[in-house]
Amino acid sequence: MKKSTYSIFLDEERCTGCTNCIKRCPTEAIRVRDGKAKILADRCIDCGECIRICPNHAPIPQSDSREKTKQFKYTIALPDPALFGQFKTKPSPRQILAAVLALGFDGVYEVAWAADAVSIAIREFIREHRGEGPWLSSSCPAVIRLIQVRFPSLTEQILPILSPVEVAAKLAKEETSWQLDIPQQEIGCFYLTPCPAQVTAIRAPYHLEHSYVDGALAISDLYCELREKIAGAREQGEPVKATALGLTWGRVGGQTRAVQSDNYLAVDGIYNLLQVLEEIELGKFDNNIDFLECQCCQGGCVGGAFTVENPFVARVTLRRMAGQLRPKLEAEKEQKVLEYNRKGYYRAEKEVEPYSIMSLDKDIAKAIYMVEQSEKILKQLPGLDCGSCGCPTCRTLAEDIVCGIATETDCIFKLREQVQSLAEQMLALALKVPPVTLVQRQIMKTQREVLELAKRLPPVLAKRNQKSNQKKGGEEE
Amino acid sequence: MKGVSCLFQEPEVTSDFKNCENKNETGAESPFEHKVTLEFAVEGKNFRAAGEASSRLKHTLQHIGFPAPLVRRVAVAAYEAEMNIIIHANRGTLKAEITPKTVTIWAEDEGPGIPDIELAMQEGYSTAPDYIREMGFGAGMGLPNIKKCSDILEIETVIGAGTRLKMVIFNKTGPEREK
Repeated sequence: MKKSTYSIFLDEERCTGCTNCIKRCPTEAIRVRDGKAKILADRCIDCGECIRICPNHAPIPQSDSREKTKQFKYTIALPDPALFGQFKTKPSPRQILAAVLALGFDGVYEVAWAADAVSIAIREFIREHRGEGPWLSSSCPAVIRLIQVRFPSLTEQILPILSPVEVAAKLAKEETSWQLDIPQQEIGCFYLTPCPAQVTAIRAPYHLEHSYVDGALAISDLYCELREKIAGAREQGEPVKATALGLTWGRVGGQTRAVQSDNYLAVDGIYNLLQVLEEIELGKFDNNIDFLECQCCQGGCVGGAFTVENPFVARVTLRRMAGQLRPKLEAEKEQKVLEYNRKGYYRAEKEVEPYSIMSLDKDIAKAIYMVEQSEKILKQLPGLDCGSCGCPTCRTLAEDIVCGIATETDCIFKLREQVQSLAEQMLALALKVPPVTLVQRQIMKTQREVLELAKRLPPVLAKRNQKSNQKKGGEEE
Repeated sequence: MKGVSCLFQEPEVTSDFKNCENKNETGAESPFEHKVTLEFAVEGKNFRAAGEASSRLKHTLQHIGFPAPLVRRVAVAAYEAEMNIIIHANRGTLKAEITPKTVTIWAEDEGPGIPDIELAMQEGYSTAPDYIREMGFGAGMGLPNIKKCSDILEIETVIGAGTRLKMVIFNKTGPEREK
């Protein structure tokens, strides 16, 4: 099985082991061990939920360093549509492109422009495959990983269309190489990304053997410099190529609008997505939807972990900015895109494969045995999902126990029960004083007190025991 | 027992639910074979909990590591059966027995029963009242979908008493059983 990659790392010094992140993770990829959170590499999908919830800012998303741009003779920046919603000063889209160029790149190629073309490719694909849906959008890499990991049967419903950033890099390299006569391998395309999942997608692409993008730079890392450059930039350089439809890809609903599907659903936020994908996998939406726009972050890409502006503000800013651009592609340009589309220019090179890492064992019979055991263990656990054991839920602890990576006494309530029984045994032993020894009454008293303390169960457990006693009583009757 | 009773792909007519419970229908299952049984209570008319039991069953199958297409078939069959209980019956249970080779689901309910099974098996035929259709359910695809997804389907129903569904789905890609 291929080695998984992810782009979120943990700063151990900052992590206090508070368990906030384990509860939030949609793929149960985090455990707390020895007082520090640990990410299970196989399960991490780079959604960024832990980054948002951590009060200590311990999870750190990694992007490429700008040093990497020095490896290339000619560098092109690929700004994501979400970048355009990041500035309170409301610069024009042209000013932003000029500022990106001023960061030290040799050229700028708009991802929003590629999004215009990708929208047409998706529209055509859905038209040709009507009734086979729902087709799931393929531009959010965290969603792709989520589907691979948690909804493996839905991988074949992912649109086999490249994401706008890959198309942008492909076009940028071809055009620049042709215009300036530079070999493609000397051109470096760098994506200004709103999210860490894109960093992973470039290193381990899901639709291609090798990504056309050479590196991903976090928007948040470049933000201060960009603001300075915008302040100094006048209207200059080439006009914006993208249309309003391409630019709105940065926010939720933008894709569906651009794709012009009348039978669609646009879902943002990973928990909402979990719910909708669950329903799709159960066959609830069959034949009702052609296109499902999936956005892992609340608000779409403007809510990415590498963005700076409040996502709600960014959404409005982006919509206003789109109003400054021409509403849609000219007919002749659309014809050109359609021609490219017929040649399969925007099509994925390979299918997204299911990546089932949730299974307990490769041997099905053994896995069934393990599930049986974990169901038994689960019944013994308090069912509070408190997270004190370092697992997100009692169910995951039970699974970890059968997998041998945790023990029952990791549960503080189980530990307490064991301490109680130990105390009882100790008392019983202590009472067995040899007849020749004088019994000291004070010691006996202390021992009784200890036993009393040990007997005091936490309220939740007392309740459970009461219930189970009642049940037993009922059965006897 | 009086009433209508019908079975699919097994012509034998059984009218008592409890008798079939202990039958070993999967044939040569060895007693040492690992299997796990899950049981969920399903409450009639409780749409807030709709799909919870089938979801849990699906997750368990994923944990076991069954191939994705099989998990999908079981999930869809279980979901439709669960919805049928919620829409039509007062209460019921969804029970699943999982072995490396087969997944067997029983959906048993206390409800009105199915007056005409052949009609109910037709796509688009439904007896669901309007308010349930307005919620987007009761499109008459439940039983046809279940039939599509399962390898063996048996329906037993007693008018005014309840319905019992047995669905068997084979894991055709699974490893050969050890003898």
